[in-house]
Amino acid sequence: GGSIRAFAQQRVTQADLLAFEPVGNVTLVHVTDIHAQLMPVYFREPTVNLGVGEAKGVPPHVTGKALLDAYKVPAGSPLAYALADVDFEALAKSYGRVGGLDRVATVIEAIRAARGDRVVLLDGGDTWQNSYTSLATKGQDMVDVMALLKPDAMTAHWEFTLGEERVKEIVDKLGFPFLCQNVRESEFQDEVFKASTMIERGGVKIAVIGQALPYTPIANPRWMIPNWTFGIREKELQAEVDKARAAGAGLVVLLSHNGFDVDRKLASRVKGIDVVLTAHTHDALPAPVKVGNTLLIASGSHGKFVSRLDLDVRDGAVRDYRYRLIPVLSDVITPHAGVAATIAQHRAPHEKMLGEVVGKTATTLYRRGNFNGTFDDVICDALLAERDAEIALSPGFRWGPTLLPGQNITREDVYNATAMTYPAAYRMSMTGGRLKEILEDVADNIFNPDPYLQQGGDMVRVGGLSYTIDVSKPIGGRIGDLALVRTGKPLAADKDYTVAGWASVNEGTEGPAIWDVVFDHLKKTPTVAPTGASTVKLSGA
Amino acid sequence: AVAVLSLGGVGPAFAKNDSDELIKAFTGGKAPVKGKIKLDLPDIAENGNTVPLAFTVESPMTEASHVTDVLIVAEGNPRGGLATFHFSPRSGVAEAATRIRLAETQNVIAIAKMNDGSLFTDTRQVKVTIGGCGG
Amino acid sequence: MATPAPRPRIRLDKKEAKKGDLVEVKALVAHIMESGQRKDKDGNVIPRKIINKFTCEVNGQLVFAADLEPAVSANPYLQFKFKAEETGKVVLTWIDDDGTKIVGEDTITVS
Ligand SMILES: [Mn+2]
Ligand SMILES: [Mn+2]
Repeated sequence: GGSIRAFAQQRVTQADLLAFEPVGNVTLVHVTDIHAQLMPVYFREPTVNLGVGEAKGVPPHVTGKALLDAYKVPAGSPLAYALADVDFEALAKSYGRVGGLDRVATVIEAIRAARGDRVVLLDGGDTWQNSYTSLATKGQDMVDVMALLKPDAMTAHWEFTLGEERVKEIVDKLGFPFLCQNVRESEFQDEVFKASTMIERGGVKIAVIGQALPYTPIANPRWMIPNWTFGIREKELQAEVDKARAAGAGLVVLLSHNGFDVDRKLASRVKGIDVVLTAHTHDALPAPVKVGNTLLIASGSHGKFVSRLDLDVRDGAVRDYRYRLIPVLSDVITPHAGVAATIAQHRAPHEKMLGEVVGKTATTLYRRGNFNGTFDDVICDALLAERDAEIALSPGFRWGPTLLPGQNITREDVYNATAMTYPAAYRMSMTGGRLKEILEDVADNIFNPDPYLQQGGDMVRVGGLSYTIDVSKPIGGRIGDLALVRTGKPLAADKDYTVAGWASVNEGTEGPAIWDVVFDHLKKTPTVAPTGASTVKLSGA
Repeated sequence: AVAVLSLGGVGPAFAKNDSDELIKAFTGGKAPVKGKIKLDLPDIAENGNTVPLAFTVESPMTEASHVTDVLIVAEGNPRGGLATFHFSPRSGVAEAATRIRLAETQNVIAIAKMNDGSLFTDTRQVKVTIGGCGG
Repeated sequence: MATPAPRPRIRLDKKEAKKGDLVEVKALVAHIMESGQRKDKDGNVIPRKIINKFTCEVNGQLVFAADLEPAVSANPYLQFKFKAEETGKVVLTWIDDDGTKIVGEDTITVS
């Protein structure tokens, strides 16, 4: 019970969290998918994270108690709190918030102090967007704070939603390489960014190759990046690896934003990569997954973890390694003063507004999971009510922190779940047939057994609509029994329904910003209490 | 997260897809053999209006033995035709790339004709998606 | 066309080659490639207007050609190779449905 948890927390110190018996001559430090969270947050890991095909039932598609058991993580430990949803509310009260870039900075500084010139710090992307201040400054707050952490390289995904011009403007002044081997100019396929960089540490030449989200122009608005084309580009990646080896690289690292299952497949097909630092799917695993000789690392999201991977690299091969997924418990790790000051400076003009209480939640608000999270339910309710719709659709983003039962909802909390550059809450009519087609299409984007055919986030969230999904079926056969929750009536394929949604990838989508829709809704119903009861009936998992 | 699909070039189907007829006209009814030609297309089209397509055909490209023509068709567009490429020993190598419109998820088929009349084929499926909800 | 013929973009991967080398050509021309399958807002079919033929000649010798259909993307892109035999002009020609020819040129020096 509770007393054991309290005791456990009392004992955990910064030294415990950072304890590491060093090995070898290189230390890779990986942070990823921070989603512009400068400040500590709560973050509840998913209950449902289904794998399909070869990924069925294997990490990272293991959650909750099964995940803790698989890695022998003691119940109630700091790592258990960070990795799983088991006992989440109680452990959150006991251990407190996670992340905060000033804490992340302390962890990195401590690793550098211990490992000197052996350390390489790599940022997997999804760094510059999805908070109020990152939206207001077009990513500048994140750029300035990350600069203090002195990364050696980064790659990207949500960064591209700032548009070509802004991305180029930032990259020009970044001071470290922005690596994307798979981003090309549309016309003649010229490189837009550097594909790779060679870093020498501990006497080892380390090639770092960057891989942006291959499906950025599908998952996000293509019109924001009209002159760039993406894709996995396996062949070009193999050529880049071979080039790095020929240039004397003793260690080849793929700084990837492919998503875990894509990386698992890629690691079995592209030869000569020692380490893949994965991202995008927000998985956190306490040990590397091995594919052949390649180590796959999953470092979580929202600043909740820092990954440390020590490697003994000799004669162009990894002889030994040791890994630790370090949970960044905000109350345990001392904030880095310099980084904290820069964060405060960026927040100062907005602090008062961001702290305004706009509501209260009686239950845990979270998003992460394959289907609706409770925060999505609040957003869908707001869309249904404020846009006077029968059905609401909300994107299956993996970002967005958690609120605990009884917590006030501030403006910042709403922005943390909605802040992005195409927020218009549209209202339109769609036939029942069209709705099924959309659900089938999105479902195939996460449940296609071939990871190279998975391109998006989690399943689109729905409000006012119930349906069944058999994830084991092919496209066209997964979704059934669509019905309006309000009336219980089945949807007619040729009848029109009023649908409200947000985050359309279409240019020129009109409507109020989604955060304003949520603010308006909370004004009328300030206390929310979503139960997490699902209108989706799942099978075939 | 939801895009409403609008493809500039390949709108509503007017006629039945004629790829079978196009293949028949190209091959003279002779069945092509799988192999020698390799089609390269993305697994998922990032934009159905401009899908990169490339192919290479194994051939010494000498006067005695070379590729003369390559036909490319799409099974799921309103019309099957995409392009026909013509080579000679002066080409040096039988490979080319272009960009095509694909109205929906479908197979693209390539057939290479050699100067001795032999025929080789390859097929690739391309997924054309409505739009995403990026994580 | 009311507007002047667009200038094609042409890029050879090398300007100088040894006899027998393969030279890669990338070529692109601005063109709507109107498929003839679309309707305007009054429901009338927008007439087809595409580049239906492309050729590449090196010193007057045809080295590559393509017949294009309406499902080739707007601003048609072509990438191919030819074997360098002798120094000379590389002439690319795009032929529109209305007979208009768009011609682009480059040179290759062969040693
Ligand atoms: Mn992310
Ligand atoms: Mn991502």
